[in-house]
Amino acid sequence: VVLVFYPADWSPVCGDQTTLYNELLPEFHRLNAELLGISVDGPWCHLAFALDRKLRFPLLADFEPKGAVARRYGIYRSQDGFCERALFVMDGEGIIRWSYVSPIGVNPGADGILAALEALVPQEKKI
Amino acid sequence: MTTGYAPKLTLPVTDWDHIQGPTAALVTLVEYGDYECPHCGRAYQIVEEIRKEVGDQLRFVFRNFPLTQSHEHAEMAAEGAEAAAAQEHFWEMHRTLFTHQSELGTSSLLRYAGWLGLDIDQFSRALTTHAFKDRVHQDFMSGVRSGVNGTPTFFINGVRYDGPVDVSSLIGSIGTAASE
Repeated sequence: VVLVFYPADWSPVCGDQTTLYNELLPEFHRLNAELLGISVDGPWCHLAFALDRKLRFPLLADFEPKGAVARRYGIYRSQDGFCERALFVMDGEGIIRWSYVSPIGVNPGADGILAALEALVPQEKKI
Repeated sequence: MTTGYAPKLTLPVTDWDHIQGPTAALVTLVEYGDYECPHCGRAYQIVEEIRKEVGDQLRFVFRNFPLTQSHEHAEMAAEGAEAAAAQEHFWEMHRTLFTHQSELGTSSLLRYAGWLGLDIDQFSRALTTHAFKDRVHQDFMSGVRSGVNGTPTFFINGVRYDGPVDVSSLIGSIGTAASE
């Protein structure tokens, strides 16, 4: 599982980041991974965002109690009221095998995620 | 990783790429772009201006990064450019696509192939059989591996350029790279 924490629906960097992951879903699936996005936005906001961007992966709402999941991962920004831009790659047992916290305004891309997934699932063919 | 971290191009430029400018140029500018992306359309004009200004010191390379989930025609346009490349007309098609971004459907692509004097049967077959889908995907994945997160993304001598996309900023960074 790839868990993608992002500050908010609609914000400019998140938009680019989710667009890229949407595009890469077949690659993540090829590596036996499911991608989940999560932010403090509520379900209705997520629904509108996902429809607008044609997202094909689930968005989870860390809405009530607000930021509870982000706090458990240690990446909630209480001063701002949203979470860090953070990536977690977990194995089948739910153990975190890789994580990365990006500067809040910087799109972390997907190279780190793909490398972490490949380390978990040895692939015959690498690009 | 820190804020100052600049990703590097993981796939070196080879003859396999679409290249404008001399091999011996001091600076290589690589762009990952999407033919339907309006920012890339503006970047096309900027790159043209830079090429004119910098001249033989610059080698320019274009690689495909179609965001197909946002841009309906981006994939076909990229495959069309590659199909034109197979007939030695990549850059002519590249220019045509970036100057006609609102019309990138298949019938438009066929019309452009006609304008460029391409073998239409061969071109059309390449589109319907997706002959260049793999090549476009390889470009895309090399971009992902190099830290391309959106379009357009530029690399100057293999290092990702994170500055503003305008003529003077890019020329400034190209000048710095040339003197290094």
